[in-house]
Amino acid sequence: MTNAASPTPVGEFEPKIVAYVCNWCTYLGADLAGTNRLEYPANVRIIRLPCTGRIDFNLIVKAFEIGADAVLVSGCHPGDCHYTSGNYHARRRWILFRELLATLGIETERVHFAWISAAEGKKFQQVISEITSQTRDLGPYHAYREICEV
Amino acid sequence: MLQPLRETCRRLLQDGTVQVVIGYGQAVRAVEPYPVFITDPDDVGQLVWNEQCRTNLVKYLLRKEIRVLGKPAIVVKGCDERAIVVLEQESQIDRSQIVVIGVACDGMAEPRCEVCDAHQPRFADHTIGHATNVAQPAERRYAALCEFLEQPPSDRMAYWKAELERCVKCYACRQACPLCYCERCIVEKNRPTCLDTSATLKGNFAWHIVRAFHLASRCVGCDQCSRVCPEGIDLRLVNLSMARASEASFGHRSGTDPQAELVLGNYSQQDQEHFIR
Repeated sequence: MTNAASPTPVGEFEPKIVAYVCNWCTYLGADLAGTNRLEYPANVRIIRLPCTGRIDFNLIVKAFEIGADAVLVSGCHPGDCHYTSGNYHARRRWILFRELLATLGIETERVHFAWISAAEGKKFQQVISEITSQTRDLGPYHAYREICEV
Repeated sequence: MLQPLRETCRRLLQDGTVQVVIGYGQAVRAVEPYPVFITDPDDVGQLVWNEQCRTNLVKYLLRKEIRVLGKPAIVVKGCDERAIVVLEQESQIDRSQIVVIGVACDGMAEPRCEVCDAHQPRFADHTIGHATNVAQPAERRYAALCEFLEQPPSDRMAYWKAELERCVKCYACRQACPLCYCERCIVEKNRPTCLDTSATLKGNFAWHIVRAFHLASRCVGCDQCSRVCPEGIDLRLVNLSMARASEASFGHRSGTDPQAELVLGNYSQQDQEHFIR
């Protein structure tokens, strides 16, 4: 997409971003971005799950294990959850989980959270662009990958 | 302290209130007392109480081989007692079917005792002795963690790498934890497959993240996990970080209020979300 317009020079760092998104809001937001022909960086790998409440903290760890430079977790705005309260439960979980990541020395600025509704194709584009450029500035994330290679 | 403890236990066994007393007994060679399960009132002489009674015995309330012995009485310190409160909140025990004998404790010369605010048991059915040490202020509770967090992330990661490299995946931390009671632990299942269960550094990180997070806002900080670790891995910092986060964000201190709602499993529309876009 964006890369088609301006190909990255060979050897330059291209961040890999894993996005865990909920089926009902953010995935449809991403879909809307697509149907509206909104360009966003192709660095994101979207993984669709039923609900943010389903997004296991192990999946965030797993993404870093297999080489993600940043992770996005995104779902419905508060009050909009298809399952009534999945996103509220998820929010609590993240509040605590971010602390655990910080204590272990995993860079919390590489873990992003967002509420993106099915109507917010534009926001999806913005969030992905922001995360991609932020991650580009941070550089590749070696710390956790090195652990996994031992 | 010891005599009233033994007398209370003898009385409970003699009048049939309980069938077994879970307490501390003196090992023949080892300095640390070991757990004893007394079913005969004449054996209460085996019970001891000293500055070495660090072990949290609450785990034994859940063990099947102890449950078959009948209604138990358990000897606890003010800090261990918090685990009983959580087990009751989580419907793992029927509090009316357990007699709690709380013993006042002035500290067991452990790091956590220096910041203790639970010298005197609060929810016990029988309390023995009076603690003379005063409760330490709340700010001191997380001082060790705050100091650790002053380091940059790379140093923190390096610290855990050195610690967790030694982990042999014996799961003693899990076996000893009074709040790790799943019939089948997540690492012993085929799913989720995203969880690496190998005995490598990667698997060790995955395990310790799971362990810490499954105890998030539940851990009572008894330090039994660190105490039983054969490699001497100190898990206090991760446990403290979860305790601090749940106290700071939800005003919840695990095991201090039997009426409190559990943090995970509930939610509030007012939960903070400054970190969400």
